[in-house]
Amino acid sequence: MTKTTRRVVVCVAASLLMLVGGCEKKAAEGAKAEGSAAAKKVRVAFSQIGAESDWRKANTESIKAEAAARGYELIFSDAQQKQENQIKALRSFVAQGVDVIAFSPVVETGWEPVLKEIKAAGIPVVLTDRAVEVSTPDLFVTFIGADFVEEGRRAAAWLGNATGGKAVVAELQGTPGSAPAIDRKKGFEEGIKAFPEIRIIKSQSGEFTRAKGREVMESFLKSPEGKQITALYAHNDDMALGAIQAIEEAGLKPGVDIKIVSIDAVKAAFEAMVAGKLNCTVECSPLLGPALFDAVDAIKAGKGVERRIVTEAAVFDQTTAASVIGSRKY
Amino acid sequence: MNQSGLPWRRGMRSLVWPVAALALLLAFNAATMPGFFAIEARDGRVYGVLVDILNHGSRTALVALGMTLVIATGGVDLSVGAVAAMAGAVTATLLVQAQVPWPVAIAGAVALGMCCGVWNGVCVSVFRLQPIVATLVLMVAGRGVAQLITGGSIITFESGPIAAIGNGSFLGLPVPVTMMVVAAVALQVLVRRTALGLCVQCVGDNATAARLAGVPDRAVMLFVYGVCGVLAATAGIIECSYIKAADANNAGSLLELDAILAVVIGGTSLTGGRFSFAGTIIGAMLMQTMTKTLYMHDVSAEIAPAPKALVVILVCLLHAPRVREWVSGLWRPRGGSA
Repeated sequence: MTKTTRRVVVCVAASLLMLVGGCEKKAAEGAKAEGSAAAKKVRVAFSQIGAESDWRKANTESIKAEAAARGYELIFSDAQQKQENQIKALRSFVAQGVDVIAFSPVVETGWEPVLKEIKAAGIPVVLTDRAVEVSTPDLFVTFIGADFVEEGRRAAAWLGNATGGKAVVAELQGTPGSAPAIDRKKGFEEGIKAFPEIRIIKSQSGEFTRAKGREVMESFLKSPEGKQITALYAHNDDMALGAIQAIEEAGLKPGVDIKIVSIDAVKAAFEAMVAGKLNCTVECSPLLGPALFDAVDAIKAGKGVERRIVTEAAVFDQTTAASVIGSRKY
Repeated sequence: MNQSGLPWRRGMRSLVWPVAALALLLAFNAATMPGFFAIEARDGRVYGVLVDILNHGSRTALVALGMTLVIATGGVDLSVGAVAAMAGAVTATLLVQAQVPWPVAIAGAVALGMCCGVWNGVCVSVFRLQPIVATLVLMVAGRGVAQLITGGSIITFESGPIAAIGNGSFLGLPVPVTMMVVAAVALQVLVRRTALGLCVQCVGDNATAARLAGVPDRAVMLFVYGVCGVLAATAGIIECSYIKAADANNAGSLLELDAILAVVIGGTSLTGGRFSFAGTIIGAMLMQTMTKTLYMHDVSAEIAPAPKALVVILVCLLHAPRVREWVSGLWRPRGGSA
């Protein structure tokens, strides 16, 4: 490489870096300006996990919309699936002296030190969607979120009623070891105890993805016991949607030959229900905004807040799908 | 190095263990799982467990073919999973949101894969970054880009020519299998009938010596990383087509490790030099057969990685010269050892 080319490359790289730096600075200034404009409002800081799914996006939008509707100033931060980002964000919230801190923890453990710092600063903490593991319970005020076990129970109850209490079930589990996978499995197993003639003959992880859901379902159907399967329980909609393709490929009718119940209630699941391919989905609502700001209102008014606020789990099936689909935001 | 026999003959010998492991695994399934080998024709295509293994294995195999070339030059490409995710995202976005004809969507995705590959090649050969570092950049950044392309949501599409790539059949076999065979044959012809294979091997054995001997090492690097990028993009398109959706967050996750493993099981050394496409394909199929076996035998997801790891370790150990010497010593007559 000649010296001139080298110089050009260095210059271009340097200017690119400056450009990136400049953008960041501008964004920071923007945030500051917003802050001073609304100095009198109650300042609620929220640290979100990321934007990994439609569910999460709807969750974020619900919180933002509710904050605006109630006239709170929301300081929002995206952790991009990293705990260290989230801890940094929480510390910056403390430094900014916000009134309430809310966050959806990326993982369950490792929050003690930062939560203690927040407590020392006298800022109340609200957890949404996911819980944390701490030794002293007073490190947060309340945990708002769905109950994964209850979702499993509801799925089981629906299946029991829809099949007259008789079904041979294949189960697609979520990522091994994750809280929703463990709890949804547990809840379903509890739920089918009421129906002695429902039994699970196959249970494997589809890792919460469409591709794996389809691949695992193919294996279920081709196994020697595969022909007995009359129902499928999937820990999320995406796996069920993948499995539907496998069932069709095997020459069976999803939703008819094999009844399918899953969890999450994303829009694609409603579309599948309208098409008659999915039978039921249990909602674990991402629209936590109202519940979150109810809690914030109560905290600011000095009223007591329950330690655990369980958000509603709704059950949708083909009879309601068509009327609800239009109102689905995610 | 043992100089007896032609290069391909030596290559054949390193295939023995992966082939043996695959045969053992299939025999185990034949004995314990009735219907494992059953293949029937449905709607003009073959249907059965073995077909599934070929079908799913072919995605990893396609990526692993490119990875074989990269590893043969002494490099590694960690970005293939992210490139696959980006390719899927581009295909679905172009198809659904930009409403372009399907060949354009595919061309766009493949072009993106090639650009990513060539960029890796430039980083490695021109900037002299270590391959693991150079491709790590794209591995980390690529998935973010894929998310950006899809706007963070899963983009779905209905049947059509694109869906046929992952679900259709060609001459009775699933399309991905055909694509794998075509890619393997084309690459094999390209590297064995031209000097390219030798150049790749020279660069991998000793890059400096190769350069001094007049091997165009930069061009070779650009070529192998480019091919790897294109094949990764192809795998991404297949996965996207297979589920009729672009799942930017999950598509091609851990694909890079699967591909590297397939190459290593197939007998290509990570230090570069000698390489074998046949070994790589057998490696990919061995792993897919293992996965399928665990599914079919109801091995719970929590412990499933353990038996898989065991097979991988065994096959890799059998590639180690020391272990191999010891094993082959068992069959030699006493006193006549080397």
